[in-house]
Amino acid sequence: MPSETIHRIEIDTKEQGSEAQVLEKKLAALGHQVKARISKAYTLRQDFTAEQLEKVAAALHNPVAETARINEPSTLAFDWALELGFLPGVTDNVANTATEIIDDLLSMRLGRNRVFSSKVLFLTGALSREEVENMARELINILIERYHIKSNTEYKQEEGLDKVAPLVKLTKEPEAIEIDLDVPEAELLALGKQGIKDPETGERRGPLALDLDYLTAIKAYFAKEGRKPTDIELESIAQTWSEHCKHTIFAATMDDIDEGIMKRYIKGATNAVREQLGENDFCLSVFKDNSGGIIFDDTWMITDKAETHNSPSALDPFGGAITGIVGVNRDTIGFGMGALPIANKYGYCFGRPEDTSTIYRGKNKTNPSLPPKRILDGVIYGVNVGGNCSGIPTPTGFCFFDDHYKGKPLVFVGTLGLLPRKLPNGELAHEKEAQAGDRIVVIGGRVGKDGIHGATFSSEAMDEGSPATAVQIGDPITQKKLSDAVCKEARDLGLYNSVTDNGAGGLSCSVAEMAEECGGFVVQLEKVPLKYPGLQPWETWISESQERMTLSVPEDKLAAFEELMEQRGVECTVIGTFNNAKRGVVTLNGKTIFDLDMDFLHHGLPDKALTSKPYPYKTQEPRIGVQDPEELFLRILGSHNCCSFEFISRQYDHEVQGNSVVKPLQGKGRVNGTASVIKPLFDSKKGVVMSQALNPRMSEVSCYDMAANAIDSAIRYAIAVGADIKHLALMDNFCWCSSNEPERLAQLKDAARACYDYATVYRTPFISGKDSMFNDFKGYAENGEPIKISVHPTLMVSAVSVIDDVKNTCTMDFKAPGDLIYVIGETRDECGASEFYNVLGKEGGTPPKVDAKTARKLYSTMHALHTTHLLSACAAIGAGGLGVMLAKMSIAGQHGAEIDINLVPATVDEPVRILHSETPSRFIVSVDPKKKAAFEKAMHGFAFAHVGEVRDDAKFVISKGKEAIIDTSVDLLDTVYKERFKEY
Amino acid sequence: MVKALIMSGYGINCESESKHAFEKAGATAEIVHINDLIAGKKKMADYDIMMFPGGFSYGDDTGSGYAFANKLKNNLWPDLLKFIKQGKLILGVCNGFQIMTNLGLFALPSEEYGEESNALLANTHNRYECRWVNLKSQSQKCVFTKGVTMTSIPIAHAEGRFHCTPGVLKVLEDNDQVVFTYCDATGKAAAGSFPANPNGALSDIAAICDRSGKILGMMPHPERGLYLVNHPEYHHRKEHAARKGETLPEVDENNFRIFTNAVAYAKQNGA
Repeated sequence: MPSETIHRIEIDTKEQGSEAQVLEKKLAALGHQVKARISKAYTLRQDFTAEQLEKVAAALHNPVAETARINEPSTLAFDWALELGFLPGVTDNVANTATEIIDDLLSMRLGRNRVFSSKVLFLTGALSREEVENMARELINILIERYHIKSNTEYKQEEGLDKVAPLVKLTKEPEAIEIDLDVPEAELLALGKQGIKDPETGERRGPLALDLDYLTAIKAYFAKEGRKPTDIELESIAQTWSEHCKHTIFAATMDDIDEGIMKRYIKGATNAVREQLGENDFCLSVFKDNSGGIIFDDTWMITDKAETHNSPSALDPFGGAITGIVGVNRDTIGFGMGALPIANKYGYCFGRPEDTSTIYRGKNKTNPSLPPKRILDGVIYGVNVGGNCSGIPTPTGFCFFDDHYKGKPLVFVGTLGLLPRKLPNGELAHEKEAQAGDRIVVIGGRVGKDGIHGATFSSEAMDEGSPATAVQIGDPITQKKLSDAVCKEARDLGLYNSVTDNGAGGLSCSVAEMAEECGGFVVQLEKVPLKYPGLQPWETWISESQERMTLSVPEDKLAAFEELMEQRGVECTVIGTFNNAKRGVVTLNGKTIFDLDMDFLHHGLPDKALTSKPYPYKTQEPRIGVQDPEELFLRILGSHNCCSFEFISRQYDHEVQGNSVVKPLQGKGRVNGTASVIKPLFDSKKGVVMSQALNPRMSEVSCYDMAANAIDSAIRYAIAVGADIKHLALMDNFCWCSSNEPERLAQLKDAARACYDYATVYRTPFISGKDSMFNDFKGYAENGEPIKISVHPTLMVSAVSVIDDVKNTCTMDFKAPGDLIYVIGETRDECGASEFYNVLGKEGGTPPKVDAKTARKLYSTMHALHTTHLLSACAAIGAGGLGVMLAKMSIAGQHGAEIDINLVPATVDEPVRILHSETPSRFIVSVDPKKKAAFEKAMHGFAFAHVGEVRDDAKFVISKGKEAIIDTSVDLLDTVYKERFKEY
Repeated sequence: MVKALIMSGYGINCESESKHAFEKAGATAEIVHINDLIAGKKKMADYDIMMFPGGFSYGDDTGSGYAFANKLKNNLWPDLLKFIKQGKLILGVCNGFQIMTNLGLFALPSEEYGEESNALLANTHNRYECRWVNLKSQSQKCVFTKGVTMTSIPIAHAEGRFHCTPGVLKVLEDNDQVVFTYCDATGKAAAGSFPANPNGALSDIAAICDRSGKILGMMPHPERGLYLVNHPEYHHRKEHAARKGETLPEVDENNFRIFTNAVAYAKQNGA
C-alpha cells in the first residue's frame, strides 16, 4: 500500500477545562492522584497545504479559550500521554462534523474516513504504565474504543503521538454463499445457536436464534424451491422470525390458550375495552404500527411507544442507551406518515451502584461484565446525549435498583409523538401503504458492521458468545436532520406513500415489512450506502446501523423528494422498487442472491406450543421486628427506590419545546414525581399526562398481582396529577427471564391474565407494547463458580391520558400551612415485596390486591376534584407507603406536617404497617380549610379521612393518638431524601 | 409588519417555540433553513429581526456552535454584516449564543464584527444542566430587555460558562454590555455559587450584547418561559392567587417583553 500523508491537529485549552477537572475528581475516586489536561485531536488522512491546515485549525477552535497545534507535539509538562479514540468502523460523530467543516471551509469533498477524532489526556503523577493502562480501561469501553500510551520520554523522542488512522480494512469481495441444510441435526442446532460458519476462518458469525423446528421448516421450504439457501436468505429469515420481531412466545399456543397470550389477554383486552367504550373509543391505531395512536382533539392525535434496549446496554451502556432513545424516537417518526416526537421517557433497572464484586462472562475470570455503577453512568449519559441533542424534552422517568439487574440492566425508553389526524391532502395520517412501483428509498445514516445480530442477540441469554458488533453508537444529529425533513416538510408535501424505521433487523425487516403492504420488492444491494467498503451482503442487509428510515416514494415525487433531502443535508438513496410479485428479491451487481416467497418469509414460521408449570410463589409472611419506627422510616425514605434521583432529571432537558407543565421535579423542594404533564400545542389548553410504573419484586409473591399493581400504579400516578380515566391508554413492556422454563411461562401467563382483567375493568386499552424475553446473565462469580442472574419477571406499564385543560393539574407539594391533610383509600396489611420488607432484607409476604371496580370510581372522582380545584396538593401513595409519600409532600412544599395514624382508614393496626404497606389505589391530598365541606361532599361513599394538617413550621410529626411515632424536621427529611445520589 | 427570521437546520431545535414567541409578540416569523439562505431561496435582507435559536447544531461536535458559525462565515458573512450595519436586531439563545460567540458578533474589543472575543465553556460540573434560574437585568443599552428588572428563565446546556479576558470583561462592563447576570430568588448576585450560577460563568454573566445594544446573546431560554403555566412554581402560585380571589395572568410579562421590545423597536425603525 502506498504511504499516505497524515496530519494531526491538536487543540489545547489555555487553562485547565472543566472536563479535566471533573476527570481528576473521577480518577481520585478510583485511587489515582493525578493532574490532568485534555486536548482534542484530529487525525487527517489528506494531503493539505500548510495554509489549508492553518485554516482548518482556526475553524476547529475558539482562540479565546483554546490554542491549536499543527503536527507539533505538546510542550506541556506531563508524565504520561494517554490517547483515547474509537476502534476502526465505530461511528465518530466529531470526525464527521469536522469533515463537514473542512468541506465547507475549503470548498471540497473530502469523502468518508478522512478525519478521525480522539482525545489526549496529559497526566502528571506518580503512575506506572500498568496504572495508566488500568485507568484507560476505566475510561473507555474496549469493545468500541482504543487507547494508546506514551511516557513523557517516548513522547519527546517520537515527537508526539503516532499519526495513525483507524481504518477498517476489509478486503474480501462481497458475495453471498450457499448454506447446506442437509446436515446432521447437531450441525443444524449449532447453525441456529451460534450462526453460520465462515467458510474461510471457520468461525461462527453469531446467533441466528433459530430452533430446530424453524430450521426444519426452512429446510422444507428450500427443498420445495429446489435449491440451497444463501447466507443472506438465512440471516434474513432469522431476523424476521426472531423473538424480537415476531414475539414468538406471546404468539405461541400456551397450554389451553390456542391463540396465545398476546391475542387473548393483551389485544383481547383492547378489543373488549374499545367495544365497551363504543362511540367514546379514543383509539386510532393500536398494535399495528411502530407506536400506538389515540385521539388528542379533532385535529391532532398523540402517539406513544416504549422500547427496551437491555442487551446492548449491558455491553456498551452509553451506546446501548443512546441508540435506545433515538431508536424509539424513530418509532414515532415512523408511525403513520411520520409523527413529531414531543416527549421522551426513561426507566432504568440497575444493580446497586455500590456493588463492586465482579462477575465474568468467561471462565477463569475472563471477559468481566461491567459493574452496575459503570452501567448506570453510561446509560444515563446515553439518554442524556440522545434526548438532549434531538431537542425532545424528557419530562418523566424512574430508577429501580435490585441485585437481580446486575447481570443485565433493563433500559426502558419511550417517546410520545404528535401527528395531525389528516394530512393536507385529506388522507388519514395514521394510514400508509407502499404501492407497487414505488421506489425504495433509504435516508439518514450509512451502513456499517455495527449492530449486526441485534435482533437475534436479544432473543438469547447473554453469555460469553455475545457479539461485540451488537453495539452501536448513536448519531442524534443525523437523525434530527432526517426527522425534521420528513415530519416537518416532506410529510405535508405528500412526497411518499409509506415510511418505517430501520430498527431491529435493519433493511431486511423494514423493506420486507413495507413490502407486505404491496406484495413484493426488488433491492439492488450494491446501491446501499456503506460507511466503508468490504461488507458482506448479509451484513449490509441485516446491519442495525442507526438513524436510517426506509420510505416508499412514488416515481413522480422522487425528484422533489431527493431535492428536499439534499437541501436539508440528509443522505438519500434509491435502493430498489416495491412490486406486487409476491417475492422478495435482492440482487448484487445483477446477480440474484435472495429470492423468497413473501408469504413464507412473513408467515412460514411454524406454530409453537408452550407448556407452563405453576411457579412456586413465596407468599409466606416473613418475621419482622421493628425496634425504632423512626429509624426504619428514614431508612426507607433514603433507600435506593424511594430517594431523589434529581441528578438524572436535571441533566435531561425537560423544558425544550416549551411544553412542560408538571415537571420531573415538583415543588420548591424538588421532589421526583411519578407522572408528568405537557401542553403540546401553544394554541390549545389541552394536556397530555404520562406515567410509568413497575413492581418487579412482586413477581416472586404473585405475578398476577405484580401486573395488577403495575397497571394500577401507572394509572394512579397519572390520576394524581390530573389524568382523566375516561381518556387514558396503557402500554405493556414485558421484560422476562428464562422464557424457555415452564415456571417462568406460568408467571408470564399470570401477568398477562391480570392485564386483561384489569384493563377491561378500568376500561383503559393497551395501544402498544413490547417484550424482551431472555434477560438472563450466564457466567461466573468472583470466586469462579458458575452463576446465572435473571431479572425479576418485570412488567413496566405506561399510561398516557389526554386532559381538557392543563390548569386542572396538581402537584404533590404542600402549598400552605393550615391546609387539611386527607388520606384517600383504605390501608391494608399488604407489605409483600414492599420497600419496607426490602430494606430489612425480607422476601415474601402478602401481595397488595387491587380492587379495580372501586378504584375506577375513585379515579373518576379524583378527576372531578382536580377540575373543580378542590385539592391544593395531591400525590399517589407508592413505594415506601404512606409515610414516605407524606414526607415527600413536605419536602416538596418545604412545609412541615402532622398526622395521626389512628385516623387513617385502615384494616391494620401496627403503625409501621400503616406507614409502609403498599396497598394500591390510595392518595394523600391537602385541602384548603375553606373547601372542606365541598371536598368531603364530593368524596362521599369512598374510604377517606382527615388525618392532620400542614404545619406553619418545619416540624414533621406522625403520631398514634397522643404518642409521637415519628418526630423530625423537614430539613432532616430533605437531607435523607437527597443524600444517596448527591455526588452522582 | 415586522418580519423575524428564525434560523434552522443541522440540529437547531428550538425554532418552533422561538417562532411562536415572535408571533405572539406581533411579528411575522418564519423558520428558515440555513441552506435556503445559502441557495438564495430566502434573503436575510427581507427580514427585520434574526434569531439563532437554541439546540445542538452539529451535535456540539468539535465545540458548541463552531460548525454552524463556520458555515455562516463561509457562506453568508456579507449578508450578515449588512444586516448588522442596517441596525437590525439579532437575538441568540443558548446554542444560538454559542454560534454568535464563535462568529464574533459582539465586536469586542476591536469594534470589528467577526473577531471572537469570548467563549462559552463546559459547565463547571462538566454536565448538561436543565433548571430555572433567576436573572438580574443589568443593561440600559440593550434593546431587548428594556423594562425588565428581574426574571426567571430556564437554562438547558452543557457549555454555558461565560469566559473572556479581564480586558474584554472591563470593556463589557464599561460599555453597559452585560445584559443579564445570575442571581438568587431575592435578586442577590449568585457570586459564582451553584445552583444560582448554574455553570460557573465569569462574573455571573448569563447574557451580553454588542456595543449597539441590538445584538443580544443569552444562555437562558426566554421562549420557554413565556407562559406562567410553564413556570415551576405555577401550581403554587395558582393556589395562592385563587385564595386571594385572583387568577394568574397568562403570560410571564418579563420574558414576553424580550420579544415585544424587539418587535416594537423594529416597527419604530421602519419595518
